[in-house]
Amino acid sequence: MPGKAVLTGTHFMNGDEACCEGALAAGCRFFGGYPITPATEVAERMSKRLPQVGGVFIQMEDEIASMAAILGASWGGQKSMTSTSGPGFSLMMENIGLGLCTETPCVICNVQRAGPSTGLPTLVGQGDMMQARWGSHGPYEIIALCPASPQEMFDFTIQAFNLSEQFRLPVLIMADEVVGHMNERVVIPPADQITVIDRAKPNVPPAEYLPYHPGPDGVAPMANFGDGYFMHVTGLTHDERGYPTMTPAAQVEMTDRIVGKIRNNLDRILDYETLFLDDAQVAVVAYGISARSARGAVLTAREAGLKAGLVKLNVAWPFPEDFIRELSGRVKTMIMPEINLGQMVLELERLAQGRCAVRLVAHPGGTIISPRRIVEAIRQALEERP
Amino acid sequence: MTTALAAAPPRHPHDDLLRTERIPHIWCSGCGIGIVFGSLMAAITKSGLARQDVAVVSGIGCTGRMAGYIRLDSFHTTHGRAIPFATGLKLARPQGKVIVASGDGDLLAIGGNHFIHAARRNMDLTVICVNNFNYGMTGGQLAPSTPFGAKTTTTPQGNPDEPFNFCALAAACGASYVARWTALHIRRLTNTILEAINHKGFSFVEIVAPCPTAFGRRNKIRGALDLLKFYYDRSVVKNHLAPGEATIDFDHNLVVGKFVEFDRPTFLDHYQMVNRGEVEAWPATGVDASAAGQRKAG
Amino acid sequence: MTGNAQRELVITGFGGQGIILTGNILGKAATIHDGRHATMTQSYGPEARGGACSSQVIVSDSDIPFPYVETPQILVCMSQEGFDNNRPSLIPGGMLIWDTDLVETHDLDPSWSLFEAPATRFAEELGNKMMANIVMLGFLSALTDMVDPESLKKAMLGSVPPQTKEKNEAAFVRGREYGLAILKGKARQGAEVS
Repeated sequence: MPGKAVLTGTHFMNGDEACCEGALAAGCRFFGGYPITPATEVAERMSKRLPQVGGVFIQMEDEIASMAAILGASWGGQKSMTSTSGPGFSLMMENIGLGLCTETPCVICNVQRAGPSTGLPTLVGQGDMMQARWGSHGPYEIIALCPASPQEMFDFTIQAFNLSEQFRLPVLIMADEVVGHMNERVVIPPADQITVIDRAKPNVPPAEYLPYHPGPDGVAPMANFGDGYFMHVTGLTHDERGYPTMTPAAQVEMTDRIVGKIRNNLDRILDYETLFLDDAQVAVVAYGISARSARGAVLTAREAGLKAGLVKLNVAWPFPEDFIRELSGRVKTMIMPEINLGQMVLELERLAQGRCAVRLVAHPGGTIISPRRIVEAIRQALEERP
Repeated sequence: MTTALAAAPPRHPHDDLLRTERIPHIWCSGCGIGIVFGSLMAAITKSGLARQDVAVVSGIGCTGRMAGYIRLDSFHTTHGRAIPFATGLKLARPQGKVIVASGDGDLLAIGGNHFIHAARRNMDLTVICVNNFNYGMTGGQLAPSTPFGAKTTTTPQGNPDEPFNFCALAAACGASYVARWTALHIRRLTNTILEAINHKGFSFVEIVAPCPTAFGRRNKIRGALDLLKFYYDRSVVKNHLAPGEATIDFDHNLVVGKFVEFDRPTFLDHYQMVNRGEVEAWPATGVDASAAGQRKAG
Repeated sequence: MTGNAQRELVITGFGGQGIILTGNILGKAATIHDGRHATMTQSYGPEARGGACSSQVIVSDSDIPFPYVETPQILVCMSQEGFDNNRPSLIPGGMLIWDTDLVETHDLDPSWSLFEAPATRFAEELGNKMMANIVMLGFLSALTDMVDPESLKKAMLGSVPPQTKEKNEAAFVRGREYGLAILKGKARQGAEVS
């Protein structure tokens, strides 16, 4: 039965479902995945929705295959995605690296649950944040978005596809069980009000095409299978022709490109929101579901006359280094609430370099952090002697 | 003037399908992969398919390098994952022909599960497996094809494992075209690859090929031609033999031929049928609840 | 209860009763039809059917920073286990609602307002006990102004299979009328006492 790609209107849906609708609105037409709690609803909805819009859903035999399939589909010219959670995310790491090395646009939604290992399959966690950054081997930069609501699952999924197409890399949506399973209002705008960005295609004759010769923004135009460019794509270190080149010099050139296209375009990638930072003595820096608790805590603290402010990281990787460095020079304390035992807080510590105190409000997983605990941490921070 | 004297550079019949600027290749002299590569290129040419409509996907290993030398859209992926990558490529562009070319270790050890499931789905891929009985690129370690008792660098006292029969596995999983030749059956191999390319569905071609450098050397068949002939001489052609009986028996019965060829809908055929509502709900006969109850009561 | 402040509700029961759907309908009514904020989260055991499950709904006029309900103001119990496990969380002065035939109450706080309805029995009388949750929704609509009753009915009708709309509407009305009658009775009692 045919259906609309963009379900314009107001909905009450969960984050996993909103992720699917964002993907379809962004032009995703291929999903290869493997069911895993709490991301299964993404696969389930995609299996129903993709055939309605002429796309293909395939349940692969595991997450390794899923990740490989979406890379293949991307080279076949379709916007592609998969969804998973901790154990599956671990299995995807090698092929995420292939996607980074071959500069393949695609989107991976990780609905995080509590780990390590099988952990608490049905309960929330934010323990994959450093794995998202460093989980595949070798030097690279990654983009990871952190939605804090079903609405952001919709919005950020579109953004994830746009960033992946613009910068030619796998983009991660680092959601979590609560955002994935929580139902909330999701407003889907009319299709013509949604910005959709497609990969740049080569505009030179095949004989002149260098598949990895970067354009002015550091990103090379991408030919798809069937376009007649006869490109070679390899996970070996390669030159601008895409040919394996086993030299340290080629390694420098290639990694400069895959790292540089992110580091040199931070203004187009970084995304954070702030609240009450102007006179804040304590800044709560948070991402994903914990940013909701942080916002509640900051509002409560302000009502109590405490000078607290909020930084909500919509993009956690790349980390907004310059901004946090500057912030650390004008607050007494930065607080990071996260549902792990201390991951992104290490970034705060690295950037603060002792200019301000850095405090962690942690939970190993299974439940979200209550605003109460963060308010307590704000109070303590204000009372601490410098 | 020297230019007048210089002959035109020699042209190979497959030059237009080769990334000639990448030649010389990395394969050792005497390796069987080059023969298979030649057959593959000849079959692609004979198929008459438009060049931009054919892609080659490989994993890691010596055979995996084929993707790097063929002037087509070509993908050299991760170890074992050529088939799922090719699956995505094919489903995203169904009008394209996708050929997977890789080694026995890549396709059937680390990638074994993907092989099973692509065959089960009758995914419309042509899978060419060069079986040289070991991991050649890394110096000759144990593969899932290494004969019992054979020496490799990780079975220095002899292989304690039993290898398994790839063609039987492919057929058991649902592959709709299955064949095996040695690297010396060049004409038949080329025809078979052509048939496999033209076949709609999961086609599998296994080529028993010499690796004199790593495998032959450790097993006292050092000469490339000796190893090539060793396999060829022990081969017997038995077309349409039940794949389970198509053994690789080095004493007297290294069975080659075309074992399976039939038509059945591919994954995409079935996917489209299901989504058009053309597939009857399962179970097709419906369930007679009262009869089931009676049986239980009885 | 007024409609302005944040309302937190927990519905508990076992898998297969439509507990999650009930929470979903409440949230839909509040967000889509009443234009307010709402979150619905759920907790469930590993089993798809028969295990304990609960749906947590928050309705508010502003953003909801913390979507978990730790101390509900309204607790709706459609199973004994749900009641036993969640009873201690209900706030003083809160509202306890239960299915007469499925729950035996105990250790009740005198500050709570107590309402029971034979929702499952009503649903059976109407032809399908699977509609007990809808009876309960109707009952709830009479007792609280957490969401507008018309919005709730609309959201309910938009959430059930089309061929069951009529029956579900009857179930909703049955629960709502029963609730209104109880309120009337309580009001009379109150008038007599004063």
